[in-house]
Amino acid sequence: MEFDWSGIIPNLPYILKGMKITLQITVVAVIFGIIWGTVLAVMRLSSIKIISWLAKAYVNTFRTIPLVMVLLWFYLLVPQILSNIFHLPASTDIRLISAIVAFSLFEAAYYSEIMRAGIQSISKGQLNAALALGMTKIQGMYLVVLPQAFRIMAPLLLTQGIILFQDTTLVYVLSLFDFFYQSVEIVGKRDGTYVEMILFAACVYFIICFAASSLVNYIKSRIA
Amino acid sequence: MISLRNISKWYGEFQVLKDCTTHVGKGEVVVVCGPSGSGKSTLIKTVNALEPIQQGTIIVDNVNVTNKATNLAKLRSKVGMVFQHFELFPHLSIVKNLTLAQVKVLKRDEEEATKKALTLLDRVGLLAHAQKFPGQLSGGQQQRVAIARALCMDPVVMLFDEPTSALDPEMVNEVLDVMVELAYEGMTMMVVTHEMGFARKVANRILFMDEGTIIEDTTKEQFFTNPQSDRAKDFLAKIIH
Amino acid sequence: MHIAWNWGIFFQPAPFGDTTYLGWLWSGFLMTIFLSISAGVIAFIVGSFFGILRTLPNRFFSIIGTAYVEIFRNIPLIIHLFVWVYVIPEILPESMKEWLFDLEPSFFIFLMATIALGLFTGARICEQLRTAIQSLPAGQKNAGIALGLTLRQIYLYILLPNAYRRVLPPLTSEMLNMVKNSAVASTIGIVELSKQASQLLEHASTPYESFIAVTIGYIIINICVMKTMQYIEKRTRLPGSLGGK
Repeated sequence: MEFDWSGIIPNLPYILKGMKITLQITVVAVIFGIIWGTVLAVMRLSSIKIISWLAKAYVNTFRTIPLVMVLLWFYLLVPQILSNIFHLPASTDIRLISAIVAFSLFEAAYYSEIMRAGIQSISKGQLNAALALGMTKIQGMYLVVLPQAFRIMAPLLLTQGIILFQDTTLVYVLSLFDFFYQSVEIVGKRDGTYVEMILFAACVYFIICFAASSLVNYIKSRIA
Repeated sequence: MISLRNISKWYGEFQVLKDCTTHVGKGEVVVVCGPSGSGKSTLIKTVNALEPIQQGTIIVDNVNVTNKATNLAKLRSKVGMVFQHFELFPHLSIVKNLTLAQVKVLKRDEEEATKKALTLLDRVGLLAHAQKFPGQLSGGQQQRVAIARALCMDPVVMLFDEPTSALDPEMVNEVLDVMVELAYEGMTMMVVTHEMGFARKVANRILFMDEGTIIEDTTKEQFFTNPQSDRAKDFLAKIIH
Repeated sequence: MHIAWNWGIFFQPAPFGDTTYLGWLWSGFLMTIFLSISAGVIAFIVGSFFGILRTLPNRFFSIIGTAYVEIFRNIPLIIHLFVWVYVIPEILPESMKEWLFDLEPSFFIFLMATIALGLFTGARICEQLRTAIQSLPAGQKNAGIALGLTLRQIYLYILLPNAYRRVLPPLTSEMLNMVKNSAVASTIGIVELSKQASQLLEHASTPYESFIAVTIGYIIINICVMKTMQYIEKRTRLPGSLGGK
């Protein structure tokens, strides 16, 4: 078959608009995912049984369910909650918000496992030394243990960010116009260049992710 | 039996072996010693071409090891080797460890190989452990199994690469006893070790190496009573209390 | 928030398909299992092949292995699925194209989803196996060489039996991931468990019940995968190793 690549340049504004959505979801979900994930990890390691059990139940539940399901579920759930709290008009487009919430909460489960491993890799002597200096347990955690855990786990946290970036393509199930949907389902379908746009999207993802993971490897070699 | 002629080896820019020449005759026991990093382990690994060399010639049992046309697998099956970390195969029972190469390399049938294996296990005093797995044995026992594994191949020469240095002190002697017995039976042996007691007992010659060079190659009497080089004197002073 | 539970919904007839809502879930459940098992077989074979290739002392082989892994690691799964369903048939020779399009459409999609998911998971298994082989002590290979074994024999009798034992725990989590990833195949029209869930959400208006039922479905599959892998681990565990007899 003949490929027709001429549609890419004129459609760049649409495609970039999609990329903006993709990046929006990624950045917000990475930030909230790491923060909430760290809280979950600390909870998980708590000596109070009920707290540690709650964190464990949260993490394991999210790790059992496919992301596609979580996205659909939040699409359904978020409007109810939001309209309960903020009394939003029913017409508000909540797909983006629900996707961002879903990604943040979902990825937090994965980030929490990374952070838990990081915290556990710091010797217990570090926390004891902090306590001996008169710090509280919480102070010792965020002043001494967590900074070290972040440093050790930085490459893994970044790699998880790249996975998240790829996972955002699944907002396809919400018909949210991210980079992939915009390129393939909108531009590709309209211009009859479906095949070309699929390959184009594959190339863009490959270039971005390959560059990013090479960067992570470089950082890893610098830290080590 | 083993003849090393002017061998040199480099890791990139760094020369680990510098023009080493020596000879091990049939039935001879040669102990190679020297400080760590002196190249002694590398030297012994060149004999069965586990470490390739860039210059020189190695002849083992009239076969040129350095010749590209040589069937290395065939040569290696005649050269027994015992490693510092035993290197038993963890997923195979003790007796299977001993029969694997007999069956796959020497093409012996299973029954014959097992018979041979049990005989040799008996000889190193471990017949009762034949059906166990490596992880269930102590270090000393594992190393005796490793010796038996090498002997199963009916080697013409045995190479030992620091066979006791990974062992707890109380296990060193059980392994050395097996080696001494082997030496008394007339096995040709090349042994890298710090065990000077062993060297005194059975060695015919001692090679002393430092910084990739063979500095002394003499009889054990000469080496222990009257070492020629300062470096060997230093070494002996440190190692013999 | 008050929820009026209505668990009876599952026994009511579904709007189409001549079955109940529970029947919908059951057929989705079976599809997820079929897709996972067939993709799992492909993943294991292809992953093993490339994993071994990447450890061979041959530059050409290792470049091929690296290319495979990088392509599947850096492009999202959904795009792989789209490529296999919409792009590959277009670039195949006419005869193969005809053969593919003569297939039952639902089988065609199942076949392509299996290949895409299998190759995608295979890239991960490839990396796990490569790491496992490379993490074995170098002395093991040397001991094999010193005994006169050939490279093929060393892989077959020494390296692989030990590498596969090491790879079992990460393999378990890759298999679990694959079951979850099979949900992505709903985007190309495979009606598996999560697709049935969204149909249920659309038609049955009992979101909470539907969601809980589907989650239980995934939990059941997860438990089956874990139990199977635990059984394999137990059967292959060596006496004298940690936790062994």
